[in-house]
Amino acid sequence: MRRFAMIAVPYTWLVALFLIPFLIVFKISLSDAALAIPPYAPTMKDGFTALIQGLDFENFVFLTTDDLYYKAYLSSLKIALISTVLTLLVGYPIAYSMARAPEEWRATLMMLVILPFWTSFLIRVYAWIGILSNEGLLNQLLMWLGVISEPLTILNTNIAVYIGIVYTYLPFMILPIYAALDRMDDSLIEAAEDLGCSRMSAFWLVTVPLSKNGIIAGCFLVFIPALGEFVIPSLLGGSGTLMIGKVLFEEFFNNRDWPVASAVAVILLLILIVPIVLFQRNQQKQAEAEG
Amino acid sequence: MAKPSPDTSIKEFSPWTDPDEKPLIRFKNVTKRFGDFVAIDDLTLDIYTREFFALLGPSGCGKTTMMRMLAGFETVTEGTIELAGQDIAAVPPNQRAVNMMFQSYALFPHLSVYENIAFGLRRDKLPKDKIDARVTEMLKLVRLEKFARRKPHQISGGQRQRVALARSLAKGPKLLLLDEPLGALDKKLRQDTQFELMDIQETTGTTFVIVTHDQEEAMTVASRVAVMDEGRIIQVATPGGIYEGPNSVYVADFIGDVNIITGKAKAAGPDKYFVDWGGNQAPILATSERPFTDGQECHLAIRPEKISITKEKPEEAENAVQGKVLDIAYLGNLSTYHVELPGGQIIKAQTANTRRLSRRNITWEDPVWIRWNATAGVLLAE
Amino acid sequence: MKRLSPFNITALTLGFAFLYLPMILLVIYSFNESKLVTVWAGFSTKWYGELLRDQAFLDAAVVTIKVAVLSSTFATVLGTMAAYVLVNGGRFMGRTVFSGMIYAPLVMPEVITGLSLLLLFIGIGLDRGVLTIVLAHTTFAMCYVSVVVSSRLVSFDRSLEEAALDLGCNRFDAFRLVTLPIIAPAVISGWLLAFTLSLDDLVIASFVSGPSSTTLPIKIWSSVRLGVSPEINALSTMMIGIVTIGVISASLISKRNSVRAQKDAQAAERSA
Repeated sequence: MRRFAMIAVPYTWLVALFLIPFLIVFKISLSDAALAIPPYAPTMKDGFTALIQGLDFENFVFLTTDDLYYKAYLSSLKIALISTVLTLLVGYPIAYSMARAPEEWRATLMMLVILPFWTSFLIRVYAWIGILSNEGLLNQLLMWLGVISEPLTILNTNIAVYIGIVYTYLPFMILPIYAALDRMDDSLIEAAEDLGCSRMSAFWLVTVPLSKNGIIAGCFLVFIPALGEFVIPSLLGGSGTLMIGKVLFEEFFNNRDWPVASAVAVILLLILIVPIVLFQRNQQKQAEAEG
Repeated sequence: MAKPSPDTSIKEFSPWTDPDEKPLIRFKNVTKRFGDFVAIDDLTLDIYTREFFALLGPSGCGKTTMMRMLAGFETVTEGTIELAGQDIAAVPPNQRAVNMMFQSYALFPHLSVYENIAFGLRRDKLPKDKIDARVTEMLKLVRLEKFARRKPHQISGGQRQRVALARSLAKGPKLLLLDEPLGALDKKLRQDTQFELMDIQETTGTTFVIVTHDQEEAMTVASRVAVMDEGRIIQVATPGGIYEGPNSVYVADFIGDVNIITGKAKAAGPDKYFVDWGGNQAPILATSERPFTDGQECHLAIRPEKISITKEKPEEAENAVQGKVLDIAYLGNLSTYHVELPGGQIIKAQTANTRRLSRRNITWEDPVWIRWNATAGVLLAE
Repeated sequence: MKRLSPFNITALTLGFAFLYLPMILLVIYSFNESKLVTVWAGFSTKWYGELLRDQAFLDAAVVTIKVAVLSSTFATVLGTMAAYVLVNGGRFMGRTVFSGMIYAPLVMPEVITGLSLLLLFIGIGLDRGVLTIVLAHTTFAMCYVSVVVSSRLVSFDRSLEEAALDLGCNRFDAFRLVTLPIIAPAVISGWLLAFTLSLDDLVIASFVSGPSSTTLPIKIWSSVRLGVSPEINALSTMMIGIVTIGVISASLISKRNSVRAQKDAQAAERSA
């Protein structure tokens, strides 16, 4: 009896507050916009069959007619992809150096990586505004050093978004790679060198392939949320920065077109299903391999 | 083997031979299936009060499953298990008069030694002073009085094992199950603990059922041993019975070292048979209460220590074969000679090293004679 | 013995500099007399004063903390239950759906979670306010708690629970007296994680909050959309300070515990 309660309580909660809302989004994406509140139709009060009859794909068709959405999806994919690669390039050396550090330092290094994660995400992104703006610290530094004579426009461009994503998601890339490298047996490197590898080739032929799982996990942990990001492109990107999270938010709050916003959401989810399923499979394979 | 207790010095402890004695535990045609896999196959067994009963067998033979069914952590697919005459299928583990000592000890890391032992007693809502008295008694039994306040990670492995034992005995269960209790201990500690376990079992009068894959352990502590394989019991007997009278090649081979010679039986007198084992060897003479038909395939199981080895041909021997010393395993107190016979078989002959190394006359490549009596081995059908 | 090559040391230094510089700069500029980043007009704590006098901020802070405490506590209870069921529940009807529902919010973009919850609340006529935010935060936080607790449960020795049952506990007591105390650190981490997520949430709160229930992140957001704000710098510094103290203390406590555990184990072997 108690066991039933243990399953039932979280289960019911999730059905009520996750599944049903999710279904509502889906249903609304198939509805028409209406001026009444709630700003979508048809509603349940006309009966269930009326509900089904009122559904159509109008909103989805609308999405294909307006360039904005299609471009935003592509742009999101592009930005998420580039940011993931950049995060990997920045994060891997850090994770690698952490894994080579002496034992006494490990706890401190770990703490240093995790601390930013506990600090407010919003504040950390905000911090870059002061740095990247035209009057910001970066430009001041570069001008003072004489590298440039005119301030570089970085804020409100895609570049700022890349920096923002790399900065905020760095810990998510470092930790899985560090974990994979830490698990790796050092004697494998020594064996490679013993058999004739140089430092560099031992790295590329042994270390990197063995840390593959960490790399993949880290990439997914950055790519998937980056795809739907809202805060970073809004604060650091410009009006030219198209990301689907931003589009959805604006569609909802500014245009009050809930059905279209819902349709945007549904398509985003469909796009996300592919990497999510791949990630799940990868994790499962890894778990099986470890026995 | 369990020592017969002093006041029954004349009669040995063997309730299983007494037809009036009722068993404490009765397995009746018990089958346990996990999906398609049959873990226990139509098993019937009686275990009596005050026994120190060993379930012995290789991994996967079903011994752990049997134990878990007794504890209540596995249900029976078919058949019944009775404890003191009652069917315990419906009784959940927390309501059975059965306690278990886990292989990993399963000591609660967040509780002290005292609290670990008191845990079961607290569940019974006993008054405080009774709990205290009992825990103190248990601590004395396992000699850990000074460690009562410590936590499990603050004591050694051997001490943790004693806490686990005390905890499982605290409630005075009718039946105590021990799951490979000595596996984690080193050899010396293991031997000491085996005798301690036997003493405690006698003092408390509890019925112990021990699961182990270590045949030495089973032979040392148990009053009876059940040898299992693939969900079935192959033989149940006292350690002596198992060792000297195995009922199959499997059992003979499982316990200790044994030589198996396969051949065809032929009657040679009352309870006596000739075993024709091939080549141009004289047939072996063996006594056997088990009947064999002429020409039936049989196996002679004979222990190495029952075989004598000499350089000279023995004058009078019921069985004597010539061979060559292939290998000698020197164990300090014993030497096992691996003798290769003309037919290619290897027979192991073991003797105590009653003479010093330098004064012994048998060495590698020596031609030797091995001999044994007709009563020395057991003739088996399978 | 591992040595760090110059490459490694550079990587670590540059890496951590990158991670920490923006926050350090924020802290420095929170003490800047001038509003602008371009000019350093002297050390001043006036922005902290302004911040603490700003009623809107204080109200938002109170709401935020209230919501965070409530939602993280509910999330921890629900998440722990869910984790226990997932790890120890075996097969039950609807298990795949359950498992999907637990892990989905982790990968779902916040805009979608926020949108869906708002539509639900409107659909059932629930007024937006503190309650709706708490419900929303509990829902997505419980999934994180579940991940943290289940990874601890997976390595939890089940024979401890069986021992408890064997000694007379029913299932609930076994969980309460044995499992829970032992997995407590993971449960606490889960609580802290849920708390931080709630404290920090902007997107979902934007969707489901009402006019009288503005949270701190929402307040911060409306300020920073217009650019750098010295009050926000001050607020940021305070938050960074609190988190730093928390993380360092946790780190020191855990270090002290592991040293003590090592000493205990050594003493145990010697006394055997």
